Order: sequence, then structure tokens, then C-alpha cells
Amino acid sequence: MTTDNIGMTSVPELVLKPHTGWQPVDFQEIWQGRELFAFLVWRDIKIRYKQTVLGGLWALFQPLLAMLIFTVVFGRLAGIRTDGPPYSLFTYSGLVLWTFFANSVSISSNSLVGNQALVSKIYFPRVFIPLACIGALVLDLFIGLFLVFGLMIHYRWPLSIGCVWMPFYILGTLLASSGLGLILSALNVSFRDVKYAVPFFIQMGLFVSPVIYPLSYIPARFRILLGLNPMSGMIVGFRHSMIGGEVDWALVGTSSTMAVALFVAGLFIFRRMERRFADVI
Amino acid sequence: MTPIIEAVHLSKKFKLGAARSSEDSLREALVHSLRASWQVLRRGWGDGDSSSGPEWMWALHDINFRVEQGDVVGIIGANGAGKSTLLKILSRITDPTEGYVRLRGRVASLLEVGTGFHPDLTGRENVFLNGAMLGMTKAEMKSKFDEIVAFAELEKFLDTPVKHYSSGMYVRLGFAVAAHLDPEVLIVDEVLAVGDIAFQKKCLGKMGQFGQSGRTILFVSHNIAAVLNLCQKGIVLEQGRLTFQGDSKSAVEYYVGAMSQKEHKNETHIVDLWNARGRLPQYQPWLRKLEVYAGSGKPLEGELATGDPIRVHVEFELREPKTNFDVRVNFLDLYGQVIFAARSSYEPKRDWGPRSGVQEFECEIPELPFTPGEYRIEAALVLDDKCVDYVEDAYRLKVLGSDYYGTGKVPSLGFFVHDQDWRLL
Repeated sequence: MTTDNIGMTSVPELVLKPHTGWQPVDFQEIWQGRELFAFLVWRDIKIRYKQTVLGGLWALFQPLLAMLIFTVVFGRLAGIRTDGPPYSLFTYSGLVLWTFFANSVSISSNSLVGNQALVSKIYFPRVFIPLACIGALVLDLFIGLFLVFGLMIHYRWPLSIGCVWMPFYILGTLLASSGLGLILSALNVSFRDVKYAVPFFIQMGLFVSPVIYPLSYIPARFRILLGLNPMSGMIVGFRHSMIGGEVDWALVGTSSTMAVALFVAGLFIFRRMERRFADVI
Repeated sequence: MTPIIEAVHLSKKFKLGAARSSEDSLREALVHSLRASWQVLRRGWGDGDSSSGPEWMWALHDINFRVEQGDVVGIIGANGAGKSTLLKILSRITDPTEGYVRLRGRVASLLEVGTGFHPDLTGRENVFLNGAMLGMTKAEMKSKFDEIVAFAELEKFLDTPVKHYSSGMYVRLGFAVAAHLDPEVLIVDEVLAVGDIAFQKKCLGKMGQFGQSGRTILFVSHNIAAVLNLCQKGIVLEQGRLTFQGDSKSAVEYYVGAMSQKEHKNETHIVDLWNARGRLPQYQPWLRKLEVYAGSGKPLEGELATGDPIRVHVEFELREPKTNFDVRVNFLDLYGQVIFAARSSYEPKRDWGPRSGVQEFECEIPELPFTPGEYRIEAALVLDDKCVDYVEDAYRLKVLGSDYYGTGKVPSLGFFVHDQDWRLL
């Protein structure tokens, strides 16, 4: 009986009514669901590498293999100069963040469509579905980050003092990935075009982010344009904080603003489209 | 007393046929998408509800009701009456189009057993995950874990991935988690239709206990006996409108009465199953036609006497050669209980080989032993052990009394008549 009373008083009256237009994001509800969010992240980690032989090693192989190929193609054959660090270290430090971003966006954009039953048969804050996919990939990101240190030791490359700023760029990457993941997953519910568009744009995105080439290859007047891609600034900044080298603060600033804007927009757009999910999925 | 649930002018509009847009040809898809793009863009964005045209349908229309704390309410209605839509609104899964609901308590809803179970996770892992989704805290789950497992009777299989579970085990685990939620309001959809009878009873028992402890339950079921057993109150939905509310017994009587008033439905002995309205939404048409004849071969127009022969023809289409197919014809009473199930796979002399194209089967029942009353016939087609088509309420049959035993008495009590020998010892 006591639990009843506690239950009754702790639950405010809830009114379910039609919603139109933009709605505030219910942060209280999201905070109350944090345990569920943790479970969903844990679920995604747990099932991602089920029935694979290499398991979590895939988190290493993806960027590592890309690094080897890029080193041969762009470092050797195309002869891209990095103004300092060995090409493989240079490109890997960009690939770590890019791989995380690319996987986050492509997996989370399909998350709602891939979890139809969760959307149409049960209620919890639905932002958890795409965000949990990204949360699970953070583990891969950390594994990948360790390898940056490994490569630096291998090449006896000194750690830059700026590395204290590294978490800032990780955060920016998380915000950008989450924002885009939220928008695309919501769009994908109504427009399955997203499923076809995302892989293509992810592939192209690699070339408009300074992953394989240093910033010096881009004329200064185009850098702001490059900064509109939030990952440009994150990659440049991350690389600068870890292994030093060239940086363009205007670009980092533009990208950071873009990352925050993308995240906020993601939350609101998702919120707005959310109410039709169960009807159209 | 303030009601725990209060629905006011609740309405929900759906677009018709949105899910069925055929995209068989690329050209068709292109033309269609060009035309529809603009509309779809607006709709996907969350506006566009204003475009009310003939293609919109009210799944719920102006529903008003109140549920007091401690009420156990059965929601009764035919398929497509709006029961599931109502539960989805109450569960916050979808927004109403108009009107509102006021909820004054923690709600847990179980629209499907085991939603969110992941096949690769073990039973134990799924219990925690599912519990969290249904709104339990980790601490709550830890304290109830043993109880849940004992209720599901799955102690031995806790560390087996649920993909290796039988469907019965799956349902048991799913319901066990939900049964241990501790909300003020429990919303349960047609979830007891699956699972074995013993477990169904156990679940109903658990829900009964729950109801007696002063919790509120909203319960949807086709099993009218279960509604009568469990609920004190009932709400009847018909085509999106609330047509009756009151105590559960009157609600069931009203519903059964409303159903039997539709008896004019059989205009002929031939039923077009292809365009039937009673097709469950998850199925595509395979069944084409149902024809009902009396024993003499005369078309039967809805009435038959106890013990009379009946012949049911079912026509269906096999789109590719099939050997493993099963035509099913069920006879139900108005409460939705299957009284008699006829299946082509019960035919001992069946050897039809691989068949393809349009097939017509006849099922002859030499004596239909039903006591007087109203019955419904439903048809289903099963291919390779998977149900591909299912049409509910395809035909209404009225069984009239007859002197079955040849004694001048008309048997009417019970469900069926049966040969019996009495002798004085």
C-alpha cells in the first residue's frame, strides 16, 4: 500500500493530446530513462559482434586496414605530403574519428526502421534508439584511440602538449554524429530514400574531410567552406592536439558551431517527427 | 473520485492504403513517387493532417469514457473496431488526432509479448532489457528476478539465447516480465491468444490478482470468456465508435447482440474472400472464394438444422507449385471460441501432389452437430506450415433446432449433439 501512495504522488497527471509544430525536448524524461539507455547501449555492444570470429577486433581492423590502403595509395602513389608526421600516423589520426562518425551515422540512421517493434509496440523516449547505437560505437572509438598512442610510440612521435584538448574534439564528434544520426533516423521512417543516400554521402564525405590530405592542400579562402562539415574541424583539431602540426582555428570554430547546431537541430527535428513514427513505420 | 483515465472526444485519423502502395514496377514507383513526393514530404514532416480527403479514415471517432481506480475494463470489438489504436494512444505510442486523454498513474502496457527481446541475447539478459523497456528500475528487476523466472518456469534455459526458445517459452518469458511490473494501470492487448492453455490460465490468474489489489487494468481480448471472468466493466467499440459502456456482462451481451443483428450479411451462398473485409491486416489475399451448400448440393443461405450435412467449398490460388498446403475452415460461436476446426490436412486419403494455380476444395461434414444458435465460419490457408491468409467472419451460419434424436425433443443445451445410447440396467 505504501508503494501505491508513493507511486501516485510521484506521477504527475499526464495529458495525451495532439501535438503540432515544434515541441520542447523533454530532458526530464530522458534523464529518468538513463538506466534504459545504458541497457540499450549494452545490448548493442553485446549483439554487434555475435557470431563473428574476430569480434571486437573489427573495431581495430577497419581503420587499420583503411590506414594501410590509404598510406599506399595516397601516401606513396599519389605522394601526398603531411608536413611532418609519417603518412600512416597522419591519416590514421583522422580515420579514427572519421570511422566512428561514418559508422555512427550509417548505423543510427537505420536504427528506427530496424527496430520497428520497439517503435510501434512500446513507449520509451525514442531518441534512445539511434543514440544507443552511437553509444555502443564509443567503445570502438576508444579502442581506436589506443591505437593512435600505439602508432605514436611505434614512430617515436612526441605527444603534443595540446592533447589535453583531445576530449573536446571527441565531444564535438559525438555531437555531430548524434545530431546527424537523429535527423537521418527520423527521416528514414518516412522516406526510405535515406537508406540509399547515406552510404553514398558517407563515402563522399571522406574526401571533403581532411582525413587523407593535410589542411595546407586547401587554399585558405575555402577553409571556412570545409568547416561547414563539422568533422573537418574535429579531425584537424584532434590531429593538432595529438601530433601537432598545422591548425586553422577559424575552421575549428566553424566546425564546432556546426556540431553543436547539428545536435540541437537533431533533437528538435527528431522530436517533431517522432509523433508520426508509429503511424508510418 | 477523480478517474484514473479520462478520454475526452478522442479521435484518431489514419491514411488508408498507405502501406499497400504497390511498387512492383520501377516506372510505376517513379510516377507514383513524383506525384506523391510533395504530399509525403509535408506529411513526414509532421504536418499535413489537415488534408482530409476520401483516403482518410477515422480509426477512432469521438471516444469518451472514464475509468476509475481499481476498475478492470474489457475492451470488446471486432477486428478494425479501433481497439488497438485506442491502446496505442493510451500507451503513448501514437498521438490522437483530436481530443485528449488524462492519465493519473504510472502506466505499463503490454501490446505484444516479448517486444524488444533480442534473439541473440539469453533469457536472463532479455529479462533485464525487457524490464527496463517496460519501465522497471534495475533494483526492482533484481529483487523480482527470481520470481519472474519461476513464473515463466524457465530456470533451466536462462542462459540459452532466446532464438532457441520455442514460441511457448518465448511467450512465457515475455509475459512473466510484464506480470511483475508494478504500475497503477496495466494495459494488455490480445497477448494471451498465444501460449498453451495452462499458461494462459496462469496469466489470467495473475491479472486477476493484480486487479483485486486495487490496480486498474484495461484488457483487450477476443476471448470473451476471459473478459467476463476478469473484468467488471466493459467498453464496446464498433468501427471506431464507442457504442456501449457498462458492466462487462451487459457489454458482452450488447456485443453479441450487435454481432447477430448483422445476419443479413450472407446475401448469397458465395462469399468473395479475395476482397473480404475480415482479412487480418498482416495477410495478403490468397483465398478467393467460399461457397456453402447444403447436403443435397443446394446453395445454403445462412440456415441449417442441427445434424444436417454441410458442404463448404474453398477456392484459393497457389502462385507456385506446392505440396505442403493446408486449407482450414473454423466454426466459431459468437463469443469467438472455435467450436470445430476442419482442415484438409486431417484428410487421411489426401494425396494431392504438387498443385499450382487456382484450386477448389470441398469439405463435406455429414452431420453438423451444433446446437441451435449463431456461428461464424472463418477460412485460412497455410503454406509450408506458415499461415499466409486468414479471413475472419467470412460466413454467418444460423443453426436451427431439430429433432436430432428423433424423440420429438429439440436439443438446445450445450455446444453440440452426439449419439448416445441409454439402457436400463
